[in-house]
Amino acid sequence: MKFRILPAVLFLAVFFFLPLARILTLTLTLNLSVLTAENLQRAFSVLRFTFYQAFLSTILTFLLGLPSAILFARFDFRGKSLLRALTAVPFMLPTVVVAAGFNALLGPRGLFSFLFPLYSFQFTNTLTAILLAHIFYNTTIVIRIVGNALTHLDPRLEQAARTLGADSKHVWWNVTLPLLRAPLLAAGLLVFLFDFTSFGVILLLGGPQFSTLEVEIYIQAMHLLNLPMAALLSLIQLLCTLAFSALYSRVVTRSLVPTTPKPSSSRLPKTIRERILVFGMFFLLFMFFVLPLVSLPIRSLTRLEADLGQRGEIQYGLTTDYYTELFINRRGSVFYVPPIEAARNSLGYAAATVALSLALGFPAASALVHPNRLTKLLDPLIMLPLGASAVTLGLGYIITFNEPLTSAHWILLTSPLIVPLAHTIIALPFVIRTLQPALASIPERLRHAAAALGASPFRVWQTVDWPILSRAVLAASTFAFTVSLGEFGAATLLARPDYPTLPVAIARFLSQPGGLNYGQAMAMSTILMAVTLVGILLIEKMRLPGTGEF
Amino acid sequence: MKKLLLLTAFCLLLASCAPQATAPSPIEMEVVVTPAGQTVQPLSAGEPVPLTVMTHDSFAISESVLAAFEQSNNIKVTFLASGDTGAALNKAILSKDAPLADVLYGVDNTFLSRALDAGIFEPYESPALVNVPAEFRLDAEKRAIPVDYGDVCINYDKAFFAKNELAVPQTLGDLILPEYNGMLVVENPATSSPGLAFLLATIAHFGEPGYLDFWRSLRANGLVVVNDWNTAYYTNFSASSGRGSQTMVVSYATSPAAEVIFADVQLEQSPTASIVGPDTCFRQIEFVGILAGTRQRAAAERFVDFMLSLSFQEDVPLQMFVLPVDPLAILPDSFYQFNEYPTEPAALAPDVIAANRERWIQEWTDAVLR
Repeated sequence: MKFRILPAVLFLAVFFFLPLARILTLTLTLNLSVLTAENLQRAFSVLRFTFYQAFLSTILTFLLGLPSAILFARFDFRGKSLLRALTAVPFMLPTVVVAAGFNALLGPRGLFSFLFPLYSFQFTNTLTAILLAHIFYNTTIVIRIVGNALTHLDPRLEQAARTLGADSKHVWWNVTLPLLRAPLLAAGLLVFLFDFTSFGVILLLGGPQFSTLEVEIYIQAMHLLNLPMAALLSLIQLLCTLAFSALYSRVVTRSLVPTTPKPSSSRLPKTIRERILVFGMFFLLFMFFVLPLVSLPIRSLTRLEADLGQRGEIQYGLTTDYYTELFINRRGSVFYVPPIEAARNSLGYAAATVALSLALGFPAASALVHPNRLTKLLDPLIMLPLGASAVTLGLGYIITFNEPLTSAHWILLTSPLIVPLAHTIIALPFVIRTLQPALASIPERLRHAAAALGASPFRVWQTVDWPILSRAVLAASTFAFTVSLGEFGAATLLARPDYPTLPVAIARFLSQPGGLNYGQAMAMSTILMAVTLVGILLIEKMRLPGTGEF
Repeated sequence: MKKLLLLTAFCLLLASCAPQATAPSPIEMEVVVTPAGQTVQPLSAGEPVPLTVMTHDSFAISESVLAAFEQSNNIKVTFLASGDTGAALNKAILSKDAPLADVLYGVDNTFLSRALDAGIFEPYESPALVNVPAEFRLDAEKRAIPVDYGDVCINYDKAFFAKNELAVPQTLGDLILPEYNGMLVVENPATSSPGLAFLLATIAHFGEPGYLDFWRSLRANGLVVVNDWNTAYYTNFSASSGRGSQTMVVSYATSPAAEVIFADVQLEQSPTASIVGPDTCFRQIEFVGILAGTRQRAAAERFVDFMLSLSFQEDVPLQMFVLPVDPLAILPDSFYQFNEYPTEPAALAPDVIAANRERWIQEWTDAVLR
């Protein structure tokens, strides 16, 4: 059992720890003069802000995420699966696109200032923008991990408490919350780490006044070419991540409670209070997630007509030009990519990432459920990829995988294989942390009972394990899928071979001036959104045998 | 759009056939010609020679131009897009013991000294260098070979200034006048290449420590700073498709033509123009070099010659919106019609930039952001 963790550990060792160790030792041994008082003081102030915004963001994300998780786990309502899928879409959108969406809504000429011209306020370059964007990105983590656990909570425990005279507040505090401790902690850690290593949001929405460790690493490495300083900051970031995940591992292993799981217990809202809650949450989520997302497709179909350089009143008109233009290689460029091909490349990488991260994550998660000395030691390391600077890791790849592995000219670094490998590094912690609580919740005695009644090991797995796991597997797949589609982390910093993805195509359009470029970027972003949405809906709709029978 | 391109192509043809034009006609351009006047011989008879070219993400080239090069030389080119200029250079430096590519394109004059000091390039005396003016040839040892240049200038919203009968600023010093309060958005030099270029222009113009006084006054005059060109141009600039609130943005001298070429409705004139007074712009020069340790030296030389040939030089403007270093290369009509170019751009020597880059950025950050 315990050796099941080895493939994942081996994978991380080769594709994560090795390149990281090589780049850190190379750059830190180059020059230790970076350890000046001034630099350390600077690093400290950056670290302080990194903590501050991550802490605030995580609390706010839970304020929205927890009620949403309850909404999705406990109640049925129209448009539920679509709304659920929509909350996951931001997770993969490139920051440039999210920034554009928020701007279309809250920017100087956005919808809000159009509707309420008297209440003008500044949105970009504020802490509010950073916090809002973090909530927007990460609420889905809480919804998926906590909601998934809540769905399978045995309602009889709560009913028993009620029968014994506890009111609903008591039930929630004394029964439900303690049972949810493991998934809550898992979600909290993931959200915190994501905010802690935030890069694009800080850079694009926060503006130059704000700097996190990850942003500072990028500036030091890529713009000042000061690799030793970048390595020092990466090391600080890694150590912090290690500390969080070690803390998490300690707490979570003590709070796992196996319970007899139940199939989904959601129902239609009954009382007036429930209806108000459901409607209120629905409205809130709709406003928060759908409006910024919808502003992109709308903008991709709208032409803002300027009066030929003599801009007077801006006139709005509908157009499909931006989409038709996507299919034309107007400038005959070698780097032109048709939208279908970009979507195909993106989907191909995403599928490979899902397959690889599940194949590695499933055995690892099941090994971690029964902790022994080996797994206890390895457990915190699993989370490290989320805390590693993508910039540093990308550079580590350069020095580690640039030599031919075989005698031929084949170099891993410049082969398309490197992309799903790099995506899996980031997806793996999600997959493991999503599967682990679900696996732990399977009571051993159910398995024994089934086996005693004569079920074969496969039949035990099929009738006991799988019904409980299926939702967690779907959630894990969704994470891996969106992580890959969004081009997280190191992959963007590799030397990319010739298979451009949707985010790459979007970035290309936005790198040159002109209304057509902007419109095409919006159109391409809309396609990326649609592809993700369809992908998530498909994953969630997959009714694998056994799911509904339990 | 299509009409415009056809028209441009037609004008190009006309211009090149006119008697005063010194460049060869487009038909002749298809064939790469060595200085001696002989047609290029393919490198080998059998399989095409593989050549890997590392570039920054903004690199672009026409399919037809590349195909002609590949065919006549029997070379198969693979491009490795490697991030922004700093990222691409970092990768080349870190992998110099086992180079990922044979050629690196995209190092600019702000990074040039770092590239040369790291010893990533092999010298190559390209015969085509004779056509390149001395002002671009910054590396005397001919390791880094200039290919194109672009001027980072302030673009302004023409309609806004016309409508409000406001005079357009002519010098850097004008920008701190109260009538331009809150109108300028610049990029952070710590995170953006045009942002750094503009900072360098102010340092070249005001000197030290005068440039910091200028930036403090700019800050007092409602300066807006964002982290990247995307945000500055598309979110903050009022004449772009994002329609923000600032009427002046740090961008490129070629942006006005791009606004017309990539307009969503056909435009007779550009909605933007550049401020091109003395010292208001900074000239970025981009270089190509053969990476030390390449096993394809011959093919790499062919590629460098090709980048300096007219067929590539004339492809550069519409693909990358920068200008060719070869003065004989003919620009597309739109580049004459809608762009203005600085006659006296600000300049600083690459070694001076390399020596002071970090300190200048830090001082700027303390003066403007803290």
